[in-house]
Amino acid sequence: MSEQKQLFKVTIDNITVEVEPGTTILNAARKIGGDVTPPAMCYYSKLKDSGGKCRTCLVEVAAGSTADPRPMPKLVASCRTTVMDGMVVKNITSDRVTDARNGVVEFLLINHPLDCPICDQAGECHLQDLSYEHGKGASRYEFKRRTFDKHDLGPYIQLHMTRCILCYRCVYTADQVSKERRHGVLSRGDHAEIATYIEKSLDNDFIGNVIDVCPVGALTDKTFRFKNRVWFTKPVDAHCNCDKCSGEVQLWMRGDEVLRVTARKDEWGEVKDTTKGEPGWICNTCRFERKKISDWVIEGPSQVSRHSVISQGHYVGMKKPNETVAKVMGGRDPKLLMNIKDVSEVNQVELSEIKGPATSQVFKQLKKGN
Amino acid sequence: MKFSEEQLKKVEEMISHYPEGKQKSALIPLLHYTQQQNGGWLSAEAMDYVAELLKITSIEVYEVATFYSMYNLQPVGKTVFEVCQTGPCMLRGSDDIVAYIYEKLGIKPGQTTEDGLFTLKTVECLGACGYAPMMQLGPDYREHLTKEKIDALIAEGKAKAN
Amino acid sequence: MGRKLLLEKAHVEGIRHYDVYRREGGYRSVEKVLKTMSPEAVVEEVKKSGLRGRGGAGFPTGMKWSFLAKPEGVPRYLVVNADESEPGTFKDRYLMEFIPHLLIEGMICASYALGSNRSYIYIRGEYWWVKEILEVAVQEARNAGFLGKNILGSGFDCDIFVQPGAGAYICGEETALIESLEGKRGNPRIKPPFPAVKGLWGCPTVVNNVESIAAVVPIVNEGGEEYAKLGTGKSTGTKLISACGNINKPGVYEIEMNISVEEFIYSDEYCGGIANGKKLKACIPGGSSVPILPANLLLKTAKGETRMMTYESLSDGGFATGTMMGSGGFIVMDEDQCVVKHTYTLARFYRHESCGQCSPCREGTGWMEKILLKIDQGKGSMSDIDLLWDIQRKIEGNTICPLGDAAAWPVAAAIRHFRDEFEWHVTNPSEALVRNYGLANYAKPLEIAAPTA
Ligand SMILES: Cc1cc2nc3c(=O)[nH]c(=O)nc-3n(C[C@H](O)[C@H](O)[C@H](O)COP(=O)(O)O)c2cc1C
Ligand code: SF4
Ligand code: SF4
Ligand code: FES
Ligand code: FES
Repeated sequence: MSEQKQLFKVTIDNITVEVEPGTTILNAARKIGGDVTPPAMCYYSKLKDSGGKCRTCLVEVAAGSTADPRPMPKLVASCRTTVMDGMVVKNITSDRVTDARNGVVEFLLINHPLDCPICDQAGECHLQDLSYEHGKGASRYEFKRRTFDKHDLGPYIQLHMTRCILCYRCVYTADQVSKERRHGVLSRGDHAEIATYIEKSLDNDFIGNVIDVCPVGALTDKTFRFKNRVWFTKPVDAHCNCDKCSGEVQLWMRGDEVLRVTARKDEWGEVKDTTKGEPGWICNTCRFERKKISDWVIEGPSQVSRHSVISQGHYVGMKKPNETVAKVMGGRDPKLLMNIKDVSEVNQVELSEIKGPATSQVFKQLKKGN
Repeated sequence: MKFSEEQLKKVEEMISHYPEGKQKSALIPLLHYTQQQNGGWLSAEAMDYVAELLKITSIEVYEVATFYSMYNLQPVGKTVFEVCQTGPCMLRGSDDIVAYIYEKLGIKPGQTTEDGLFTLKTVECLGACGYAPMMQLGPDYREHLTKEKIDALIAEGKAKAN
Repeated sequence: MGRKLLLEKAHVEGIRHYDVYRREGGYRSVEKVLKTMSPEAVVEEVKKSGLRGRGGAGFPTGMKWSFLAKPEGVPRYLVVNADESEPGTFKDRYLMEFIPHLLIEGMICASYALGSNRSYIYIRGEYWWVKEILEVAVQEARNAGFLGKNILGSGFDCDIFVQPGAGAYICGEETALIESLEGKRGNPRIKPPFPAVKGLWGCPTVVNNVESIAAVVPIVNEGGEEYAKLGTGKSTGTKLISACGNINKPGVYEIEMNISVEEFIYSDEYCGGIANGKKLKACIPGGSSVPILPANLLLKTAKGETRMMTYESLSDGGFATGTMMGSGGFIVMDEDQCVVKHTYTLARFYRHESCGQCSPCREGTGWMEKILLKIDQGKGSMSDIDLLWDIQRKIEGNTICPLGDAAAWPVAAAIRHFRDEFEWHVTNPSEALVRNYGLANYAKPLEIAAPTA
């Protein structure tokens, strides 16, 4: 007899999918993909216990299961709620969800510095994507934004606490990936912050991965050369023979220069599995020390279709880059919290026109052409 | 920082409240005890020592010590007035008590007198709302506060210092 | 005069100590339970009593106990919630301070019913002297053979430990309490799993309020059915109410749940009326997080019926015109009190006590506090009132734990019932700094809506 696993049917925004028992609503939605997938700012599939905190992934459960079709009274965090057979979920088809999510995004932004023009994460920031889709035209918050004392985390990692959304991903990463944690969440409530208490540098061999998990620009790479805007760089897949990790990385290059090294990411912005099927966390040596092209074997341009408003342009992928913002947004009217067009240079240059590596020379030429 | 034999016995007794291997549960009581033994506040050194005693990492101690409002992470005055200011106490005049302490000692919430004798803090509901206005003074509560009672507490604080 | 089941003997000289407590009939319930009843039979009695959790949510205690998972070879725990930090609430402190053995006696019965050999009392750190009273009482019970190994020769082992908190209201939320008891930050857990399945150190755990556990003693002694005869409807037994604010006799009262709110406020047996001969303006009857009601809606329901001190009557009308029994923290405001300012202090409280894990609560509570302060200081605008409403609406129901709701409800109810007072602050900013809005129409009898057939 074949061991047929019983699958659960779940319907999300009128699309039905079959998943294994124990799957969360979010992961079921990811199986469908596209717009029905709720945004997730704190959940990270490779980090145990993550999720539940940011509340961006709230969805409405219109029917609990075939056996008990009653709706759930409250919206639920899709990243931490498992599906039942016959469950009916509403995400973008629910006004309640849209309303609540707009609220959550507004809450995340009231104390955010909105310093995208000078932030290294700009272009690959999940909060930026989210505010693009859910933000309001103008902030209703008229009070002074929260500030924090500066903390130095050592030679590799830069902390900008004002940008942090307290997703706890970096805390779980230190516990679970680097197995040594020197930083944590200190204080409570709206004073809570990521810090080490007394200044300590984070230099565990695998601690650099906190940079990859951080959904915003709170933790960035201090060794990122030239502090370039990511959209001026082209990501390529590369590998090396590393004795600490798989050595499978993504290089962010300009011409022949390696500006930055990161782990490879999947379409949800999470670290991808390696070719051997293990989580693709990379070591500090690969990330911070190997900045010469001769350190690496280049495999070719990264193949990713990330669900991101701005960064789509520079991936070579299944999806052709869209020309206009409106198209990327699938016809939805983007409500801008701030005008990213104005503050970033990205739209002065049509990224999809760049063939080959994006060098500053190419940019200069294209800009002139505009 | 190092505890004496006698102090270590106390620590051991605290740890005995939990099953084998769950000594981390003693963290909160042990931080109270350490603060009390360390002049009313928790220095980084004291917290590192606590981590060592419980075989946990320092960051686990810092995370907890900064979460709870009863731990002082800075040195405090010899006498700390912690006046409750939440709704029910406000209804019974807690604002006047804070103002009166300012009048007498010249300190506002969060400040310490220059001689280091008194610190004034405002705190949230302490579960004595029926006996308002009130304050916490060390391990005790002082309830039904009046100006006269504040005068007496200030005198008491000064006497204690001599 | 109503019957007292918990505090009847609280003021007998020396009752804090074992000898007197025992002489007055204490620990009879432990003898009865251990010698004549099975654990299941104890759970059954509690079910029959109709006892509802006294910590705030009012969930039936017997039912909660029957949900406890019982996997083979895994310890189970009873944890008593003595964190008591909801503004207006100070009843558990009173019980523990004056008659600590009642709690310990109830805990032994409950531990037996649940199969907990190691039970904890989690008490807020500020109640340090109460913690010491409890520790003495536990030691006395141990010495008398009511705690320890093989209690009364029954083969049942049980010990009790008193665990202090360190200043965090959120640790009253049961999963935050468990985290704190494990030596961590008081961050509520994401549920499921519920504590009944995975609680303290990953084991099945029941968390109950002090008063709920103390009530087990009379339930065992008199039987669940007898207990259920007291009170009204599904509000069985007696309830401790801690009354505070502008009344003549603030304090803790044990009431049988069959008296009216009016009687509770004005009778000399209880609050003794409003202090200084003033008039009643508003009241928050169940601890700071339940909706505030103006005098007219407090004393009579929207249907014109007398409002009673029961779970059902207090919540009659839902949040539109009713409130909740909550934890029994009864906060009374006289005609000279400002609802805006009071609401501001509560918003500040919840901002201060948010654990900061989830975005709506971490960010929303501080935002509400700032706007309320602005309005109170006469710098607000009309749109601020609407914004406040919108913020509370976006917090409520969207957070990890009910603290988000607890922060949203007081703001919502204040705007719902006292909107004209908020608007007056906006339109008369300089006046609002020197005087209060006063009683206005808040005590005027309401027109009764015609009953819909
Ligand atoms: C923010 C928050 C604070 C709470 N504080 C307390 C408290 O101080 N004491 C208490 O008994 N219950 C408190 N509760 C309720 C508890 O979570 C829990 O429901 C209760 O202890 C269960 O006991 P019971 O069923 O006997 O009422 C609180 C709940 C929340 C959400
Ligand atoms: S620093 Fe980044 S990863 Fe860490 S909690 Fe903040 S937002 Fe999350
Ligand atoms: S609702 Fe508030 S207290 Fe509860 S988990 Fe969220 S942030 Fe913490
Ligand atoms: S992703 Fe689900 S709550 Fe953050
Ligand atoms: S409000 Fe001050 S003790 Fe409760």
